[in-house]
Amino acid sequence: MAHAHAHTVKRRTGLMDWLTTVDHKKIGILYLLAGGLFFLVGGLEAIMIRIQLWKPLNDFVSADTYNELLTMHGTTMIFLAAMPMLFALMNAVIPLQIGARDVAFPFLNSLGFWTFFFGGVLLNVSWFTGGAPDAGWTSYVPLASPAYNTDYGVDYYVIGLQIAGIGTLIGGINFLVTIINMRAPGMTFMRMPMFTWAIFVTSALILFAFPALTVGLVALMFDRLFEANFFNVANGGNTVLWEHIFWIFGHPEVYILILPAFGVISEVISTFSRKRLFGYSSMVFATVLIGFLGFMVWAHHMFTAGLGPVANALFSIATMLIAVPTGIKIFNWLFTMWGGSIKFTSANLFAVGFVPTFVMGGVTGVMLAAAPADFQYHDSYFVVAHFHYVIVGGLILGIFSGLHYWWPKMFGKMLNEFLGKLTFWTFFIGFHMTFLIQHFLGLMGMPRRIYTYLDGLGFNEMNLISTIGAFLMGLGTIFFIINIIVTAVSGQKASNDPWEDGRTLEWTIPSPAPEYNFKQTPLVRGYDAFWKEKMDGNKEMTPAEPIGPIHMPSPSILPLFMAIGLFIAGLGFMYHKYYIGGAGLAILFLCMLIRSLKDDHGFHIEPEELQDKGVKA
Amino acid sequence: MMNRWNVGKRLLPLFAGIMLLLSACGRADLSTLNPQGPVAEEQYGLMKLAISIMIFVVIVVFAISLYVIVRFRRRPGDNKIPVQVEGNHKLEIIWTVIPLILLVILAVPTVNSVFGLAKDYSKDKDAIKVEVTSHQFWWEFYYPEYDIRTAQELVIPTGKKIAISAKSGDVMHAFWIPSLAGKIDTNPGAADANGTANTNKMYFEAPKAGVYLGKCAELCGPSHALMDFKVKAVDEASFENWKTAQKAPVALPSDPAIKDAIVSNCLSCHAIGDQGGLSFPNLSDIGSRSTVGGILVNTNDAKYKNEGTTEENLKRWIEDPNAVKPGALMPAFKDELSEQEIDGIAKYLAGLKIDYEK
Amino acid sequence: MSAHTHADGHLPHEPEKATLEGRNKVLGFWLFLGGETVLFGTLFSAFLALRDKVGEGNPTANELFNLSTVAIATFILLTSSLTSVFAIQAMHAGKKAAMLWWLAITVLFGLGFLGLEIYEFYEYVHEGHGFTTSAFSSSFYTLVGFHGGHVAFGVIWISLLIGQVLKKGLNVVTAPKIYVAGMYWHFIDVVWVFIFTVVYLMGKVG
Repeated sequence: MAHAHAHTVKRRTGLMDWLTTVDHKKIGILYLLAGGLFFLVGGLEAIMIRIQLWKPLNDFVSADTYNELLTMHGTTMIFLAAMPMLFALMNAVIPLQIGARDVAFPFLNSLGFWTFFFGGVLLNVSWFTGGAPDAGWTSYVPLASPAYNTDYGVDYYVIGLQIAGIGTLIGGINFLVTIINMRAPGMTFMRMPMFTWAIFVTSALILFAFPALTVGLVALMFDRLFEANFFNVANGGNTVLWEHIFWIFGHPEVYILILPAFGVISEVISTFSRKRLFGYSSMVFATVLIGFLGFMVWAHHMFTAGLGPVANALFSIATMLIAVPTGIKIFNWLFTMWGGSIKFTSANLFAVGFVPTFVMGGVTGVMLAAAPADFQYHDSYFVVAHFHYVIVGGLILGIFSGLHYWWPKMFGKMLNEFLGKLTFWTFFIGFHMTFLIQHFLGLMGMPRRIYTYLDGLGFNEMNLISTIGAFLMGLGTIFFIINIIVTAVSGQKASNDPWEDGRTLEWTIPSPAPEYNFKQTPLVRGYDAFWKEKMDGNKEMTPAEPIGPIHMPSPSILPLFMAIGLFIAGLGFMYHKYYIGGAGLAILFLCMLIRSLKDDHGFHIEPEELQDKGVKA
Repeated sequence: MMNRWNVGKRLLPLFAGIMLLLSACGRADLSTLNPQGPVAEEQYGLMKLAISIMIFVVIVVFAISLYVIVRFRRRPGDNKIPVQVEGNHKLEIIWTVIPLILLVILAVPTVNSVFGLAKDYSKDKDAIKVEVTSHQFWWEFYYPEYDIRTAQELVIPTGKKIAISAKSGDVMHAFWIPSLAGKIDTNPGAADANGTANTNKMYFEAPKAGVYLGKCAELCGPSHALMDFKVKAVDEASFENWKTAQKAPVALPSDPAIKDAIVSNCLSCHAIGDQGGLSFPNLSDIGSRSTVGGILVNTNDAKYKNEGTTEENLKRWIEDPNAVKPGALMPAFKDELSEQEIDGIAKYLAGLKIDYEK
Repeated sequence: MSAHTHADGHLPHEPEKATLEGRNKVLGFWLFLGGETVLFGTLFSAFLALRDKVGEGNPTANELFNLSTVAIATFILLTSSLTSVFAIQAMHAGKKAAMLWWLAITVLFGLGFLGLEIYEFYEYVHEGHGFTTSAFSSSFYTLVGFHGGHVAFGVIWISLLIGQVLKKGLNVVTAPKIYVAGMYWHFIDVVWVFIFTVVYLMGKVG
């Protein structure tokens, strides 16, 4: 303990630095890189789906490949693209917003990233080993059961998602503890920025939703690998049980995705309107309520499963109720802008575009809640349109907004505004073109997940328009990538508060943030802590402590090895090579043992070092 | 305050216009927006109510958004700090209560309809009972009252309640006739004590004679997209004819070579009349069906890739079913049988017609 | 992290909460147990949905379960929870040796429980109740087996902690580890009470 000071600062550089880092800001960048990569993969899959459907009876891909594409597109986008990009923003921003030097569990944070990453890689390995999973991202049994799905595809799904799920669960616990225990002095719960609140509720949802998915995946894995009978009807199994377990996880998952976007939008709109978030307390209340109701409505995905009229009526009403807190949020955003001074940066364009777009996804959600009408919408393109409005029109616009907004804080450089606006308009127009029309396709009788459709049914023109829209979205994404490259090469350096209207703590420190975040922990005197100081004529936060040595956790390679161990174990068990599986688990447990036995004292950054800026950022 | 009611009045024609646009959407035999029976009509009514409420909400949000974006945009050189409003209780209560009221307006008919559409007609004497069993990738229809088993084409009398009890023979599918009724999942279930494990019930009715397109709506494997069926609504007398004709014996072809080929190849799985197996589609009236395999449309005036005469389509199917429907369980016969045999079988099957329509 | 140090025997009253790391660990572990609750809750739901699907000719729960063995196992595990409480009390009193003894007894009880469970499973398999027999058997072994796996993990974990304390002493780094291991042990005890009720007692009655 006492000799901790004596530790010399061990710094790694280059690749080893990234592989061993436990710095939440670097882990955030890793999440962004990996999530962005998977986003491109999932996007490519989407483009291939739309190429196949651009005309009737097209044969761009085969029926089998199409089912693999639609399964992998959904699974990749939800688990490997959307969630990691949210984790990127969480990691990059949350500790800074609450005035913390680090997250609660830096080691676990790194472990969470690597397990997610190797879970995702495992899932995608299936493309090269004889077939990706093809039973849909929902993996309904019996189609996903060993009797009807004889290749290894679904094995990759159950094992890959279990490994990735561990990472997510760890992240959820980490951020809950970070937000509860590590806020700066004076930052009470009701002074937390809205994004922090959103992540707090999201993390709670992750904590209570993901274990259910784990159980479902384990049961399906036992059925597939060890001939268990959970879903094997012939031996008394029950297929509707899978639907229940999947959606008890799956519905909260929707809110896990959208609540952080709500948080981003709240920050961005408030900043660029130069106005305090309208109705902050009701926003907090609405977020918590949405999180709570999110667990009460899973069976609305199962109206046609035959649960009976009583269940259908109850779940209909419960689902409709969610519209109320969501509506509160929408109007609070609109009235934050009302009377403000709105600056249309690219970040804010995405945020302002989000509001009406998300409303459109929300209202179709209420329409779907009416069970008898849902008998018509269910599993048609109407549903496809609805959830893309929520997930792309909501979450992805939110992520784009957040990335443009916090990019200078993450990387120290301003994204190019012209390219940012170009990204917005192509993506936004492309998005509406792709998905607005799909509502009508569904209502006109086009089921979802079909690899082709006949000529003469009246679907042709609308599918063509939809495909063109998808290409525009692809173009928008390419503009964003160009913007990243241009910025990296010749971007303008960002100051502490590059938007000049920053309201929260992350804008009080240099861009990018130094590894210890805050030289002195700030004292928070109110909601919108930085804005309050600005209005009181202060340039900086009042420190809550004198300058002193800052304790830092030491980097570690163990998380990477643990994730690799899990990866090997997964592959081994999948192919019934138990010695390989055992070896993988041995690596995992060995790393855990080392971690437990070897005390990690970390190191200290001394005040002198802080003064002469010898610390690399 | 702007005159809210005038705005409402001005919006009315807009709603009416949207409704007109919606109802013009899609084919009468396929679109949920063009309902052809009371069940689909009730569902369409609920959809219209929901759409109207939701369009109202969307218009309000769009209007406020536009106003705010234009009115409060930052002009160059504008450095003033807007008033920092914490909130407004009156406003917040308004946008909590109004959505609640709108939801009640939607919830009441929803609940009403949930229970209305859950009515069980399976014991009703006047209803036609049909047991639907879904298979990869075809539909089996069994009429327990008449002990008739058909495939792919559900023949029903007009104006009668059709009580469906649906289950699956393999994976999950969903039984959907967009223009007549919303869907119901077909779950697999081993027979339990009641023999009805996981059987789902629904009903519908077709007042007008005609052919309506049915779809499988749950991903069920490679040929999910092609798992179509038809509902053929005919008048009462034709339906009686059809029932009688289904019971009549069917003669096998006179040519002994073709007959042998059929007996040794087709009848091990399929039934023709009172002969053959029951595990795959009954062929007794395959010549009078409007499609082969649910997806090759029989017509003498072929326009699309999936169209042809009944005989051509049958031939195409027998030669290589997997080329038509990937994942279909029937083996290809193009190398098993000679061209003459396939021709003969197709010709014979195309002639298996039941002419029951008056 | 606190820069001040504590020699053995001069620990604060609740050494597990003396540092921010310790407080984080305890809170994080509470939350983790919340997630575990959902995990077991889902396993219980699956078991309840499938417990009647015994299949023809296979032994039913009523025929299978031998309540006296299970009752002994329950008694052992509940007692081990008590001994783990004594260990934490000893830790709070700064009595390292007493704490280690109580932990060791806890581990022994855990091993005894595992032995009984393995014996029980062995018997069941011989009576024709294998993992793949029916939906009932699959869900039974998964639920009870998950719990057994947790006990086994706990036994190994606490044993390792005993070794660590012997080597490094009781301090603000090891104390939180022992404290959360104690929490873990109580949790698997509570889960077992539910298993005893829902699986065994209800199986005997229903």
